[in-house]
Amino acid sequence: MTLSPPKTITPPRWLLAELTYACPLQCPYCSNPIDYTKYKSELSTGDWKRVLSEARKMGAVQLGFSGGEPLIRPDLVELVQHARELGYYSNLITSGYGLTEEKIVELKTAGLDHIQVSIQASTQELNDHIAGTKSFEHKQDVARLVKKHGYPMVLCVVIHRENIHQMPEILAMAEALGADYLELANTQYYGWAHLNRDLLLPTKEQFETAEAIAQAYKEKVAGKMKIYYVVPDFYEDRPKACMNGWATTFLTIAPDGMALPCHSARNLPNFECPNVNDFSVSDIWHDSKAFNFFRGYDWMQEPCRSCDEKEKDFGGCRCQAYLLTGDAGATDPVCSKSPQHYVIDDLLATARKFALSENEKPLIFRNSKNARI
Amino acid sequence: MILNPKLLFTFSPLHRLQWEEVQQKTVILYPEGMVELNQSSAEILELCDGTRKLADIVKELEIKFEVSNLINDVSAFLEVALENGWVTQR
Ligand code: SF4
Ligand code: SF4
Repeated sequence: MTLSPPKTITPPRWLLAELTYACPLQCPYCSNPIDYTKYKSELSTGDWKRVLSEARKMGAVQLGFSGGEPLIRPDLVELVQHARELGYYSNLITSGYGLTEEKIVELKTAGLDHIQVSIQASTQELNDHIAGTKSFEHKQDVARLVKKHGYPMVLCVVIHRENIHQMPEILAMAEALGADYLELANTQYYGWAHLNRDLLLPTKEQFETAEAIAQAYKEKVAGKMKIYYVVPDFYEDRPKACMNGWATTFLTIAPDGMALPCHSARNLPNFECPNVNDFSVSDIWHDSKAFNFFRGYDWMQEPCRSCDEKEKDFGGCRCQAYLLTGDAGATDPVCSKSPQHYVIDDLLATARKFALSENEKPLIFRNSKNARI
Repeated sequence: MILNPKLLFTFSPLHRLQWEEVQQKTVILYPEGMVELNQSSAEILELCDGTRKLADIVKELEIKFEVSNLINDVSAFLEVALENGWVTQR
């Protein structure tokens, strides 16, 4: 055993409970793993309750029920109720598909705090195309019902090349629906989005135009609607402070019980993430190899290791480093100090070529036919 | 936003105020966020229950902590609270 100073381990504050990978939609930017059909087993109601209890005891307070489509789980109301009893502030992250007024009321009574509905675009045609399912009108109804029943209404729109030109209409739609919060999430290129990157990544000009419009709108609706603008880091020269630092704040539990320090971590090679079927949440958080692997600063290579900005961005995203350089321990190539920063320039150039060409290749939609087994 | 001393303060139904045992702190919870409060801010917000105006809140805190002249501190914090939507006035 080597002796190294103990790392300070902060308790998890945010828990993301991915209840199922099943989803009636087929978004080509879905962050679920591209081989999601491989993970068929799902935690039981009792296991989820135990996980929620253990994490709450450690200090987790923000809870997201997500998926896939969490509404597919028949025990959702029961889990929401359990979460409320434990004192979580809970959020249902949903496509709205299959959400009825009756269910909205039932969830409210069970103690759900807010609902985040995703809409793919500001027009029916584009929304239904991207979702791969007819869903636009229903989503709008759901947004209104969420509001009607006294929840803070959070609208989430994932932004990419197919819808970025609709920024003004998306903002107007959110305001008209009475959203309390609008999350404009520029696509993060993991999972299916990584697969479709050449087709989803907007050009720099498109980014800048859309961002200026969103920022101006932010001021216009200040005090009425809060806009969270999630920046796409490919056009920055510093990476995002991913997960607020590895295993410091966020804990994701996948449908099959795998515990992840970040929701893409199951794709890291030779990286065994622990499962809540085998260990307690506390053991996983404190003692597992996976959660300690990139905790703190000892794991860093140059240029991060001696960089005076490492406490600001923690060297960026491990999954992005792996996807783009093949080495999960490398400096996130988004950083201009990274010796592999050229891969970002290359991928931007490739995506740009696709953006400017007449005949684009088709998007690969997230469904079981396209899933890689 | 300007604080109106004639109106009653109510904590927002779109936020939740809660004591967190692990952190030993009161926090405000809302979609995608959490604010940790110090003790005096927490005490102020707990009094925003729809039955008190600025002067009532100040008076109660002055009595509780046996101090005087809290009016500036309390109104400064309530301005921030109004701006963030943590409280509303009626
Ligand atoms: S991103 Fe789309 S396909 Fe993926 S889980 Fe969410 S709604 Fe379903
Ligand atoms: S070198 Fe590493 S720590 Fe320094 S700014 Fe770049 S990513 Fe952050």
